[in-house]
Amino acid sequence: MSNAYHIVVCGSLVPDPLQTLEPIETPAGPALKNEMLLPAVLDPWAAHALYEAANLAAHAPGSKVWLVSLGAKAKLQQVMMTIAQKVSFELIPIDGPASGFADAHATAAFLAEAIQSIAGLDRSRMLLFGGWESASRGAGVTMQLIGERLGILDQFQGVDQLTVQPDGTLEILERIEGGRHQVSLCQSPPALLGWATGNLPEPRNNPQIGMANMRAIMPALQRAKSAAPAPEALKYRSASPPKQQRQTRIEKNLSAEEIAREIVAWIEKA
Amino acid sequence: MTPVSPEPAASFERQQMEVDIACVGFGPAMGGFLTTLSRSLLNPDGSPKLESGCLPGSPLQVICYERADGLGFGVSGAVTRGRGIRASFPGLDLAKIPMAATVKEERLVYLLDPTGASQRSWALRAGDKLIRALGSFLGCREHALELPLIPSFLQKHDGFVMSLGQFNQWVGEQLTSSGLLQIWPSTPVTAPLIEDRAVKGIRFADQGTSLDGTPQDGFLPGMDVRAALTVVGDGPVGAVGRGIDAHFGLPPGHEHSEWALGMKMVIELREDSVLETGTVLHTFGFPEPEIFGFLYVHPDRMASAGIFIPSWFRSPVRTAYRYLQHFVLHPYLWRHLQGGTLKSWGAKSLQESGRRGEPFLVGDGYARIGEGSGSTNVLSGSGVDEAWTTGVQLAEAVAELLEKKLPFTRQNLEETYVRRRRASWVDRESRVAADSRNGFPHGLLSGLFGMALAGFTGGRVVIPPPSSRKKGASLEERCGARIPPAELQKFRDEAAAHSLPLHDQIMNRCGWPEIPFDGKLLVSQQDALLTGGNVQAPPGYANHVVFLRPDVCRNCEPKLCVEMCSGQAISRGESGVPQFDREKCIFCGACLWNCRAEEAGEPANVDFRAGAGGLHSALN
Repeated sequence: MSNAYHIVVCGSLVPDPLQTLEPIETPAGPALKNEMLLPAVLDPWAAHALYEAANLAAHAPGSKVWLVSLGAKAKLQQVMMTIAQKVSFELIPIDGPASGFADAHATAAFLAEAIQSIAGLDRSRMLLFGGWESASRGAGVTMQLIGERLGILDQFQGVDQLTVQPDGTLEILERIEGGRHQVSLCQSPPALLGWATGNLPEPRNNPQIGMANMRAIMPALQRAKSAAPAPEALKYRSASPPKQQRQTRIEKNLSAEEIAREIVAWIEKA
Repeated sequence: MTPVSPEPAASFERQQMEVDIACVGFGPAMGGFLTTLSRSLLNPDGSPKLESGCLPGSPLQVICYERADGLGFGVSGAVTRGRGIRASFPGLDLAKIPMAATVKEERLVYLLDPTGASQRSWALRAGDKLIRALGSFLGCREHALELPLIPSFLQKHDGFVMSLGQFNQWVGEQLTSSGLLQIWPSTPVTAPLIEDRAVKGIRFADQGTSLDGTPQDGFLPGMDVRAALTVVGDGPVGAVGRGIDAHFGLPPGHEHSEWALGMKMVIELREDSVLETGTVLHTFGFPEPEIFGFLYVHPDRMASAGIFIPSWFRSPVRTAYRYLQHFVLHPYLWRHLQGGTLKSWGAKSLQESGRRGEPFLVGDGYARIGEGSGSTNVLSGSGVDEAWTTGVQLAEAVAELLEKKLPFTRQNLEETYVRRRRASWVDRESRVAADSRNGFPHGLLSGLFGMALAGFTGGRVVIPPPSSRKKGASLEERCGARIPPAELQKFRDEAAAHSLPLHDQIMNRCGWPEIPFDGKLLVSQQDALLTGGNVQAPPGYANHVVFLRPDVCRNCEPKLCVEMCSGQAISRGESGVPQFDREKCIFCGACLWNCRAEEAGEPANVDFRAGAGGLHSALN
């Protein structure tokens, strides 16, 4: 039995989580202030999924990886210059919003449609990867919705490990409460895996991989389809930033123990 | 093949790749180069005009490598006349570049000292008293005097303000979307490859190493990229430019003797701010007479405020961050900035030797552009547009050589690129500026006089250069009149015991008020590192700041590298040898030119190598 997989990774762009993100109201609904000024990254959860996909493909000859990515075209272009150096993949870009205020149903529809249009994709060998969560404060349901649209019944969420058994069965470790894993066996693709963090380090930058990837990425970007969600699809009643506050105080004479006691008291009070 | 970089001890096999033109560093100079060159790569029918020499049958392979993680992570407090930039983009619509706006109002302001702590000469104090006495007559307000005129050589009022990060991002987007060339971020280049006095390409930094460079699991030796032409635009502290300088030396009489650290805040002004977009303030006189400052107002209530700490400011406890906060707190500025929010922050070293620091611009297989090529005009205080223009000039030269199928030899590059540069306004104005700052090591007044002299005589009359350029006075020289020797020693001992820089203690004792942190605009230096983009240090790379000879550092006091470190990434270290924490380094490069070993006739003891990561902010 061939263990070659067609791995489709759904990974959209998000504003760099290291930036100060400030929601604002616009005539078109909530948005992030100065979003186009902020650098973007591949959603960190999806990035783990991509690295796992590349690792699996490297150990299963004949496999192929596609990255289906939603984001503003200009930002997609920038981010791909970094991601493309790390692992080999073919990009399926979708030019659309990625601020975190998009409707998960609409996003899932765009992504599912893009996946269905991939030429040469053998859905009987398809593993659909994505992030279990999203740094864009998504509802955490997009992957399930894509799976449902594509008719994928075997879905696993919070995945930390995928091992291919000698007989081709997929052993999957999903996170459960108590810091433990649920072990599942999946006989064969198609399957959907929403990845947690996995176990792989971020791959090294390899310019040769980047050069090879970019030969196809740039033309793909030029052909990117637009995906503008209907403005009436979702209405937000309000949006507010997470309750996070930085309080700076200079203490020169407190011991570490006193500082720790004070922090504990502050946490308890909060 | 001579890579100008240390080799790991282990044996390994390096990957190799061949391109036609390898470019190092994506800043305004490289933006100008790639923008101009990209327009020469296609025929009118859209077919490739120039064929690759390394991949016959393919279009010309032009690849640019940038150390930072994003093309918009550059730092500059930029107001520019934009002559070169506008020439590249006729009819430029500034609205397309976020944070860019036409200069509406430009003022030159002398800031008096409202704190009494600034260390001013008797002549300056006398002048300050006179200004205060004639305050109402002169129009002095908020401890500041707006000068009625701005010398013509300083004026930028036909130009525009911008964020260099946003400008680079805008240029980068257009270049990459053309598909004609590639720009790779997160790719530190560690050294030029030099063979038979010709540059043959570049080498990337190794990955998968420990902090000391020892190969570890997943070791990936930095790839060698061979190229017919290496375009060096990695700035004043870039590893490739410095590697070429180290190998070939500088032209006779040239030296990299003058530097400055520019540090800025990007501030969101309060909602009722009356500052008009396009306002430009140039300041001098405070927080110390040697420190110049600026405030530029961008669209959407954003502003950049910053200072320059020059190498001729001989304080042994010079620190940019605290002085920047005192600058922001000056009543003349604070009335506008109070209630604002810090959105971003950054710093960079500026090569202030200008034309006197110009390296060999070309050689066999390489050409230099931008600030690292000595293009900054130190009289007008302008560098971005000059850098851009040198890139344009090189691109025109390269296109000419490619069309004529001539090789990138020193002679051919001299006859095309250097000839264009020498005939341009960049070179003409840099000659005027070359010796304009000679007076500053003697004091502010002689410095200003020297600038005026050079500016108004077209550089024909200048103050002679100083006989020596000592980097830092001793603590006793600088503070002896205010702080008794025993107390100075106590500060030294405390700083050593707690591994802290000296500047806070010394400045407090000299009368500088404590910074009233408000958690919004006035935050600790460590909080600033976390504001507007954070500092990233991807694992698997070696430390890029290395102290070469521990004994030299152990005996060095005060340690200017510690005092001047923009991110507090360098601390004193338990044994007296500075410790480097790459997770705080913003790659400003101040440690490089603040090493005092050279004063003792020794080579610099700080090696500033290629490294990955840095500040993640596109607002600077």
